[in-house]
Amino acid sequence: MRQLLKGNYAAAEGARLCRVKVISAYPITPQTSIVERLSEICASGELDAKFIKVESEHSAMATLVGASSAGVRTFTATSSNGLLLMHEVLHWVAGARLPIVMTNVNRAVSGGWNIWADQTDSISQRDTGWLQIYCESSQEVLDSVIMAYRLAEKILMPVMLTYDAFFLSHTTEVVDVPDIERVDEFLPPYRPDFKLDIDNPRMFGGLISPDYFYEHRYTVHKASLEALNYYPEVCREFKDVFGREYDVTEEYRIDDAELVVVTAGTITSVARITVDKMREAGKKIGLMKLRVFRPAPVDLWRNVLGNVAKVVVIDRNLSPGLGGVFADEIQAALYPLETRPLIYPVVAGLGGRDVTPADIEGIINHALSSDDPAGAPLFWGLKQ
Amino acid sequence: MERTTQKMIEIPRDVMAGEELWQPGVLSCQGCGASLALKLALKGLGRRTVVVIPACCMSIIVGSYPYSASQVPLLHVPFETAAAAASGIRAALDVREEKDVVVMAWAGDGGTFDIGLQALSGAAERNDDILYVCYDNEAYMNTGIQRSGATPAGAWTTTTPGEAIKEEPKKDIEKIMLSHGIPYMATASVAYPADIYTKFRKARSIKGTKFIHMLSPCPPGWQIDSADSIKVSRMATQSKVFPIYEVEDGRYTINVYPERKVTVKDYVKPQGRFRYMTDDIISAAQELVDRKWENLTGMANFKAP
Repeated sequence: MRQLLKGNYAAAEGARLCRVKVISAYPITPQTSIVERLSEICASGELDAKFIKVESEHSAMATLVGASSAGVRTFTATSSNGLLLMHEVLHWVAGARLPIVMTNVNRAVSGGWNIWADQTDSISQRDTGWLQIYCESSQEVLDSVIMAYRLAEKILMPVMLTYDAFFLSHTTEVVDVPDIERVDEFLPPYRPDFKLDIDNPRMFGGLISPDYFYEHRYTVHKASLEALNYYPEVCREFKDVFGREYDVTEEYRIDDAELVVVTAGTITSVARITVDKMREAGKKIGLMKLRVFRPAPVDLWRNVLGNVAKVVVIDRNLSPGLGGVFADEIQAALYPLETRPLIYPVVAGLGGRDVTPADIEGIINHALSSDDPAGAPLFWGLKQ
Repeated sequence: MERTTQKMIEIPRDVMAGEELWQPGVLSCQGCGASLALKLALKGLGRRTVVVIPACCMSIIVGSYPYSASQVPLLHVPFETAAAAASGIRAALDVREEKDVVVMAWAGDGGTFDIGLQALSGAAERNDDILYVCYDNEAYMNTGIQRSGATPAGAWTTTTPGEAIKEEPKKDIEKIMLSHGIPYMATASVAYPADIYTKFRKARSIKGTKFIHMLSPCPPGWQIDSADSIKVSRMATQSKVFPIYEVEDGRYTINVYPERKVTVKDYVKPQGRFRYMTDDIISAAQELVDRKWENLTGMANFKAP
C-alpha cells in the first residue's frame, strides 16, 4: 500500500513489518518520532513487542544485549550524541555477534549544539564492528530495515542503517509499504542456534585470554566481510519479492564517465539530478552512491572507480586533522592499483548546511578544471 | 578476635542439600565472600535462573574461556549495564513465555553504587521484574582496592592512601533503592547463610524489582586473614554497622538482632584497612551507626494506626 511517510515513520514501519519482539530506545532529536510511533503501535497492539523505555541510550543498547542474547529480534533507533553514548556497548554487541538492527539519524556531533544533518556521528562508530548502510530515501529506509534483519541474522552481525537528519527524517515521501505477510515470507522468524537457555546453560561474553582473543577478533572481521557476499544475494531476493533494486553500492551513468562523484545519504539525490543536467550539457559525469560502508567494499570501489580519470568524493563528515573519511578510505582502497584516478576530496554540508545542485556543479567544475587535487580536502562553501 | 558459638555458624541441612549450581574450582581469593554468596543465592533460586554479571571480581572468578563454574545461563555485560541487560533478558523471556525464569543481576559495589547506578535506577523506576544483587566488598577490589561510593569512612584504599583515608561515609544504597518504591529490598551477609537462602527463595516469588545488598568480605582488600572473613562479616552485623533486615512493600523486618555488645571500634580493629582511623573518626562512625540503628528499629516497630 502506498503511503505518505517521513523517514522516521518509514523506519518504524520497517520495524513493525519485521515483527521485532523487544524495542528499547531513548528519545533524541531528530530521531524522536520513531520512538513515538513505535510507542503508539506497541500500545495499540499493531505490533506485539515489549518496548522498554530506558533512561539513556547506553541502557537502550545494553537492554538489547540482554534481549538479543535471550534469542529474540530487537530494534532501536538513535542519533548523534545518543549514538556516541552507546559507543562502548556497540563494540560489545559486535564482539558478541548479536544481530541487532538500529536506525541512526545522522546528526552533527556536539559541542556547540547542532541538531542538523552530518554523518560524523555514524562515521565515528566505524570501528565498532557494526555494519553500516547509508540510505537516501524513505522507501530505502523501510526496505533496508527488512533487508538488514535478513543480513544480520544470517551472518550474526549488528546492522546500523543511517539517514540524514531532517532532509530525510522529517521529509514526507510516497512509500510503498508491503503487506506484512509478504515480509514474513522474505524474513523468517529469528531462531538462533545459541541463546540464554535454562535447558542448555552456557556462559556468554566472559574473559578471553591472549591464547584465544586474537582468533575471536578475526572471526568478527570475517563475519563482517561475509556481508559483501551475502548482501547482494539478499538484495536479489528482495527484488524478486518486492520489485525494488538495491546493492552494496549504486552506480549511476558511469559507463563512459570521465569523472565520478561519490556521495552517501541525501546529497546523492542532489548529485543525481546534477549529473543528469551536466550530461545534457555533454559532460561525461557519473555517480557512485555509497550504501554499505562497513564492511568496506574495497574490491567494488576499485572496480567501479579504478579506470575513471577523476573521482570526487563528497563527505558530509569531518575527522578534524584529516578531512572527510569516505575520501580517505577510498583513496586508501585505490592506492594499490597500478593506474589510479585523480581523487578530489571535498567536505560539504556539515551541520545541516544545504548542498544544492549548484554546489555539486561547482564542485564538479572545480575538479574538471584542475589536474592537481593536491590531496588536501576542499572545504566547499566555507565562509571566509 | 571474638569467639563464635557453634549455633551461629550452623547451616540448616536444607540449605546445603539444594542443587549445586556453582561449581568448585573458581578463581576467587581464599575467604572470598562473593563466591560463597553466589553459591548460596543459586541454591535459593534454583535452576530456572539466568545470571547477568557486569565487570567485577565475579567476571574473573567464574572462569575464563572455555571454562565456567556456572550451571545456569550466564551473560557477561559491560560495567554499568547489569540492570539494563537484565531488563532486556526479562523482556525476551516474557516474549518466550518463560515468565517463571528469574533474571538475576550480580554486580559489585562499583557497578551498583557508582557507575551502574543510573541503569539500576532506571530499571527500579520501571519496576522491571528482575532481582538485582549488589555484593558489596566496599571498594573496587577487582582493579586492586580503590575507593568506591561504598567504601566506609576511615578506610584505606590505594586511592585513599596513607593518612589520606576516606572521610566521607558510605553511600546509603538501601535508602536510594527504597526510594524507588520497589516491592522488595533486603540486606544479607555470608555470615548468615540460612538467611541468604531464605531471602533468595522469597525474592524468586516476588514480581517487580528486587534488590539485595550483600555484604561480601574481601580478605586482601580489608586486610584481614582469609580464615577470618566470616567472623569479620558477623561482627559487621553484631556491631550494627551492617544490619540484616528486609523491606517488603514498605514493611520493615529485622532478621538478625545483635546478641552481644560489639562496638564499631571492635569491628574495625582486626581490619588492616582501618589502621589509620583515629578515635574521632571511630566516634563519628559509632554515632552514625547508632542513629541508623535507631531509625531502623523504629521503622521495624512501626505499626500503622
